[in-house]
Amino acid sequence: MRVFVEGIGLVGPGLDGWQASRALLAGTAAYVQRPTVVVASDLLPAAERRRTGLPVKLALAAGREAFVNAQRDAATTATVFTSSSGDGENLHYICSTLASTEREISPTRFHNSVHNAPAGYWSIATRSQAPSTSLCCRDASFAAGLLDAAAQIAVDGEPVAVITYDQAYPQPLHAVRPLSASFGTAIVLTAQPTAQVFAALDVSYAPGANATPMTDSELDHLRATVPAARCLPLLAALAGGTPTVVDLAYGEHHHLHIEVTPWQ
Amino acid sequence: MTMQPLAISRYSIVNCLGKDPSAVASALGARRSGLAPCDFETVTLDTWIGEVAGVDDVRVRPDLAAYDCRNNRLAQMGLEADGYAAAVTAAREKYGAARIGVFMGTSTSGMLQTELAYRRRDPVTGALPPDFRYAETQNSFSLADFVQSYLGLTGPAFVVSSACSSSAKVFGHAARLMAAGVCDAAVVGGVDSLCLTTLYGFQSLGLTSRAPCRPYAIDRDGISVGEGAGFALLERPDDASAPGAMLLLGVGESCDAYHMSSPHPEGAGAKLAMRQALASAGLTPAGIDYINLHGTATKANDASEDQAVFDLFGGATPVSSTKGSTGHLLGAAGITEAIISLLAIEQGMLPGGMHTLALDPALRCHYLTDNREGRVARVLTNSFGFGGSNCSLVLGGAG
Repeated sequence: MRVFVEGIGLVGPGLDGWQASRALLAGTAAYVQRPTVVVASDLLPAAERRRTGLPVKLALAAGREAFVNAQRDAATTATVFTSSSGDGENLHYICSTLASTEREISPTRFHNSVHNAPAGYWSIATRSQAPSTSLCCRDASFAAGLLDAAAQIAVDGEPVAVITYDQAYPQPLHAVRPLSASFGTAIVLTAQPTAQVFAALDVSYAPGANATPMTDSELDHLRATVPAARCLPLLAALAGGTPTVVDLAYGEHHHLHIEVTPWQ
Repeated sequence: MTMQPLAISRYSIVNCLGKDPSAVASALGARRSGLAPCDFETVTLDTWIGEVAGVDDVRVRPDLAAYDCRNNRLAQMGLEADGYAAAVTAAREKYGAARIGVFMGTSTSGMLQTELAYRRRDPVTGALPPDFRYAETQNSFSLADFVQSYLGLTGPAFVVSSACSSSAKVFGHAARLMAAGVCDAAVVGGVDSLCLTTLYGFQSLGLTSRAPCRPYAIDRDGISVGEGAGFALLERPDDASAPGAMLLLGVGESCDAYHMSSPHPEGAGAKLAMRQALASAGLTPAGIDYINLHGTATKANDASEDQAVFDLFGGATPVSSTKGSTGHLLGAAGITEAIISLLAIEQGMLPGGMHTLALDPALRCHYLTDNREGRVARVLTNSFGFGGSNCSLVLGGAG
């Protein structure tokens, strides 16, 4: 399945936006790990913004940057949200409350607990009624989202944005699922080349749990310890601007085979 | 754009009405509700629920013991019911394990397991108990992972978790991945199980009824939370081995872009989803014989959905909600009501909604409060979720 890359958004530890991160993803500048800085999106009104957790902020920040770079209208674009963790802070709050003697949970916390909360806030923020889905495939959540988006584009011929995010869990969940950082990426994909398109991806589901590593050891650690960051080798290939093959593991027996071709 | 119809060559269902499709069909035919006053776990809420009997006695297959939790026990009950797993095994022989996708809907996955683990945290360190299995129970993917492992499949798999539209949307994902040639067949479905998060959560929003839920009633005051599992096997019609297989004809998806937990008052997003489902089936509203509503029995849902359905279909098409019988299965509602729609086609019987004594005169659709016999060729079924996630399916008989 062939899709075209029109715009990317990125927020991660030491990764402050796609443009600012291109050189260090391509290996021409040194990567320095710093805590993830998420600027609260002004897409949502202040009252709504206060109610949202970090995953919503990650998804909105990455999504917004990708659409700005793609120069595409988010209000008419379908979306595939994908995350392994969901909102871990919220999960911890709900489980702690339910384990206490006072079980009343906050209604806002409850409706924010759904896995599709970022998708819901995104559609409100961008006024988009376009189809949207919210996926989880544990460590392969990004690969699942990319595969689904590629199929959707192949069948419907309409653009799709893949928005992936993960939040590091608080304790005690961190001990059983240690994610090293909070991370979000968005990629706007189209069926046809446009003025903004800068790469083509040929995506297929292939046997073998192949996974392309990152050259930089810290970036590779990030890739290995945050499911959403499993997209980093693809971002590195896109930043590098040369034809590259990237494999992203999909479960124990398969991977996504992605041929990245620069396009201009 | 119209879609290529897909054959639904096998299906399975477990909920408070029964443990296989025929038991569920009998309960619907006899107008027997599965709802009962809530006595689940340590919950002290004044509400009714649709609990599946015997889940605690289920033993997860030994090689998958790590996945043991209420949600995966329900999944196993569904897979074992009515020869479903055997039909998938036959499909695996035919297509190959890597050519069958597994797309599952759930809203809370093994949440109950995590809630219980939080009660057993180490008093000194706060650590979760050592027997807590995050990946196999808490993570949303747990369900698809369990189902895929249980059935010995290796094709693309993921969980769709878009609240109460989850297991309707899986049909759309399967249709697209099959049309794109990524897989030749798909196991779709959904499982959600009772847990404290949803019971106390819906209570916190004032959305649980203190009596059995009463969709479309003048005195409706909220939902009854249920649980269950449902699975369908999708194949291309030319490949399907089962004659008389039912068909997935259309899928429509949209977002409300309005509010996180309230539907758009005029049902704008719902209307969009229904319109797209009809368009993808190549049908006009006149082609639909019965609509299985989302019909949760909250004030807001039924009013909004009624407006959307009335605007598109007018007041003649018979509609009902079966949530008075099953409760609201949340992430499993879509697959459950898709299969109830198939049963309506198969049996030539439209299931009337239960517990609704006096219809709300403000609602204008032709709501059935009693069963009605008659030929049903095509059904539209709605599933709407928090976050404004809408999905409508069109299902039909092969004949």
